[in-house]
Amino acid sequence: MGFLRQVMVVAVKDLRAELRTKEALNGALAFALVILLLFAFAFDPTGDTTREISGGLLWIVFAFAGTLILNRSFARELPNDCLDALIAAPISGAALFLGKAIANYVLLLAVELVSLPVFGIFYSVRWTQQLPELLLVLLLGTWALTVLGTMTSALTVNIRLREVMLPMLTYPVLVPALMGAMQLTMTLIAGTPINAENVMWLKMLAGFDLIYTAVSLVLVETVLVG
Amino acid sequence: MNENSGWANKVLYLAGVVAMVILARDINVIARLPQEAQQGAIFKIIFFHVPVAITAMIAAAVALIASVLFLITRNFRYDALAVAVTEVGLAFLAANLVTGSIWGRIIWGQWWAWDARLTSALVCWILYAAYLMLRRAVEEPTQRATFAAVWSIFSFIDVPIVIFSIKWWRTQHPQPVFWGGGSFPPDWTAVFLWNMLALVLIATVMTVVRLRQEDAQRELDSLRRTAHAM
Repeated sequence: MGFLRQVMVVAVKDLRAELRTKEALNGALAFALVILLLFAFAFDPTGDTTREISGGLLWIVFAFAGTLILNRSFARELPNDCLDALIAAPISGAALFLGKAIANYVLLLAVELVSLPVFGIFYSVRWTQQLPELLLVLLLGTWALTVLGTMTSALTVNIRLREVMLPMLTYPVLVPALMGAMQLTMTLIAGTPINAENVMWLKMLAGFDLIYTAVSLVLVETVLVG
Repeated sequence: MNENSGWANKVLYLAGVVAMVILARDINVIARLPQEAQQGAIFKIIFFHVPVAITAMIAAAVALIASVLFLITRNFRYDALAVAVTEVGLAFLAANLVTGSIWGRIIWGQWWAWDARLTSALVCWILYAAYLMLRRAVEEPTQRATFAAVWSIFSFIDVPIVIFSIKWWRTQHPQPVFWGGGSFPPDWTAVFLWNMLALVLIATVMTVVRLRQEDAQRELDSLRRTAHAM
């Protein structure tokens, strides 16, 4: 089997498993909505300042809700020694990692695309103004979260305090990507298109994605096998 | 086998004493230097603030090299070096944050400001603190060393990206200029460099002490395993 075919097999397997139970998906979605609700109590939901910072709040929602999905990614393989079976399978660690990352990516995007209209309604934000650019930022930012989160999921699957360690490890490394995604989302929601001033964030986000995807693909075999 | 004797030990103690002597002399010299025109006495914190920052960066670089070497050779001495130098680097980075915060309280009137350097230092501190947390969470030594090495590489790659993006974030939200540049008087540079040397020596001594702890721990672990096996 070619590498891409292996990746697709793993991705489809994970997606199928998740879509049958929808545990992580529902959990993440509910969590996202709850956080959106809580933020309304933390800040004045109708204030102008809130509308300005709402792009940043959105990414906090995505990051927190995403942890639920990312955690389950490798944790679901623990019962019945499925993880050992996967590692022993004749596919490279990189293929396993990429397949799971793609599955997580799809699930995360689904949660985000549902949260976006809810967010727009709750905070009276017109997020459709720069829709193609916003979607691009969503795609790039979510990949950064996914690739780091899947790597950390592989790292923390067998250690103590797994649920605590995953966010603890992922968020600090994710800071530049989160910052870029937040800045871009805030300006795009405010109606400003991507111009010379903020295209730097987009480049940084793309570069971050590339670098960490490459590093993860190289190192994941070491993490999984030892 | 008592490793804590002999010439290595003597060199270590000597290095520590030399560092202390240099520091004492430096503090004496620094206290006598004339006050800086715009900032007054607090400017002299730069003699400690910048060297600890540089030492912390060197520590991060050494940690990266040690981590990569561990993954290549699987020699646990490199893992010991990685954790030792990261812990020392973290302590020095904390000193950087604290001295920067004190300076900020005097000059800006507040303990913290989200300026580029302080924020980057904070994020880097949290990055490496997470590395130490990861080590705590993994019990099996080989697995711990492997995971830690991988994470050290991830963290180090992030450091320049963090510094760059936070700097960009702050230039997009310009703040009032807090101090008007100014140059460092050349005759002060000598004291600065001596201080740099003293602090690097202290960092080295601390790292070696920590390395010895790791060696002792490894010996304990192997003795324990032998005892269990019997």
